[in-house]
Amino acid sequence: MSSATAIAPNYELIQQDGLETSLLEVSMGPHHPSTHGVFRMDVKLDGETVVDLQPVFGYLHRNHEKLAENMSYLASMPFTDRLDYFNSMTNNWAYALAAEKLVEIEVPERAEYLRVIMAELTRLVNHVSLVGFFINDLGALGTPLLYAFREREKILDLFEQASGARMMCNYFRFGGLRNDVPEGWLDRARDVVDRFPDFLDEYEKLLCENEIILSRTQGVGNLSRELAISAGITGPMLRASGVNYDIRKVDKYSIYDRFLFRVPYSDGNVGDCYDRFMVRMLEMRESIGILKQALGGIGDGPVLGNAPKVFKPKPAEVYGRVEAPKGELGFYLIADGTPKPYRYRVRPPSLINLTVLRDMCLGQKVADAVIILGSIDIVLGEVDR
Amino acid sequence: MSLLGGGIFKGMAVTLRNFVGSYFYKDRLTTNDYSWRPSDKLPQRAGEYPKEEGEQLRDTTTVTNYSRNFPMLLHDGSEPMDTIRCVACQICERECPPQCIYIEKSTEKKENAGGKPQFFPATFDIDVSVCMSCQICVEVCPFDAIVMNSQFELSTPDRFGGLLLRRDDLLKSNGYYHKIHPEEATARDKRIAEEKAAKEAKKKAAAEAAKKMAEEKAKAEAEANEGTPDMEENTE
Repeated sequence: MSSATAIAPNYELIQQDGLETSLLEVSMGPHHPSTHGVFRMDVKLDGETVVDLQPVFGYLHRNHEKLAENMSYLASMPFTDRLDYFNSMTNNWAYALAAEKLVEIEVPERAEYLRVIMAELTRLVNHVSLVGFFINDLGALGTPLLYAFREREKILDLFEQASGARMMCNYFRFGGLRNDVPEGWLDRARDVVDRFPDFLDEYEKLLCENEIILSRTQGVGNLSRELAISAGITGPMLRASGVNYDIRKVDKYSIYDRFLFRVPYSDGNVGDCYDRFMVRMLEMRESIGILKQALGGIGDGPVLGNAPKVFKPKPAEVYGRVEAPKGELGFYLIADGTPKPYRYRVRPPSLINLTVLRDMCLGQKVADAVIILGSIDIVLGEVDR
Repeated sequence: MSLLGGGIFKGMAVTLRNFVGSYFYKDRLTTNDYSWRPSDKLPQRAGEYPKEEGEQLRDTTTVTNYSRNFPMLLHDGSEPMDTIRCVACQICERECPPQCIYIEKSTEKKENAGGKPQFFPATFDIDVSVCMSCQICVEVCPFDAIVMNSQFELSTPDRFGGLLLRRDDLLKSNGYYHKIHPEEATARDKRIAEEKAAKEAKKKAAAEAAKKMAEEKAKAEAEANEGTPDMEENTE
């Protein structure tokens, strides 16, 4: 494999065996929204090898931050669903956490348990479908993705029963949750969680030993530990590069200190697509462990504290962050004493993880650029906001 | 990796088991008949499909207790405009994230269900092509006047007028609300009753306190009067 640094990014003509060849510029995308969203890569190719790559995004820009600065704190809660539309629950949580810091609201215990349950179910949804999409990018059209979606559907049914919507849940509120889960929901959730490991066994049997997947992903898209740290990469991608960093362990926000779970991370020798794939497969097992503990320990009680619907916080600056399935999702709020935030800033994990795309793709084959993009796990709703 | 391609065959065994199993496992045979068949006539306006209130709920697996589609306005009795709960305070219009509500307040007051003269919405429009079903309007409403409908058969050939729901399209009875969201409606009615009772108890307590205070005052005055007859005489 040629190393990325050996290739000058701006060379035009190559003398090879007495023939003059030139670079080929290919514009990959903007693609169909259902895979990775409307994202374009301007790729310069030497034969099949990527010598330069320029990501182009912004096709899905919806002015999220400025919209939120012009409405009350509560009213921008449903807009956070639309950031990373696979994981609306964790988006809600990060925003609720920031606003709760701002006005110092206590969250009842049952609500904390339900928040953890929802967030871990979301992590299952995200990782299981990410793996499906990732294998889809490898060329295995359909089967793994549809298996993943079959399981995802069961969890989305749970979300719908609790919140009224499958994807745009809008379920979290400052000081708790909008409503309690309906009767029998916890039993249904236990049923889904108990059956999920069987599916993971099946999924691992289907994918993890497949020689095609191994040869396509191992040694592809390496990300060194140093680059990952200095570029601010978070989430499974950082852990796949060998850094033991999980905000659930570092911050211990909410009630994560009560649960026993491990953080899977690689030894950091390569940090390739295979590592990123396996870290997610292992993380799902840990999520199931957390879910079992949370579903066992949940008690009765209110789910919404005494929080005002519309409030005027004192001037302050807060930053609330959670370990979203894709990485560190943070909300930075500046209050100026009015009912609207003066500044509302989202730290999107997808966008920041995407910044190392060029470094990972240089020197790789063009077909591998697609799976490297797939292994980053981006959602354009969050990248473009 | 003992045998080259062994992993692939293992994976294929999984797909084969799934394929064969899909003919035998009960939980895999989950295709449901569509819950409700519309009549031949195309609706001219959104929401014209169901003939009877709550009819779209028949045998659906997707409609749950908390399911929400677009908002509706509640009224308590048989005559919608006489018992409308909305007093056109316009909080929902102000809070609506995508700004899909348009309200015009009436110029004069009218008696509502509680017997109090109140303003009412002369115009109350919701553009369901803009609405994102977030339920913020329901949460900020102090009068429990707006709740979520779960009606999802809303297709119409008229994309402008047909998707603009006017006040009279939005008005639904509390009974209908109970039919589509029984748990939520019962909890809401209970809360309203409690609030009303608390308010009345407070009123009663205030009235009693006022009465008591008046009595005490009268007593004190009487005592004061009793203590000063001589002075009165003296001044004369």
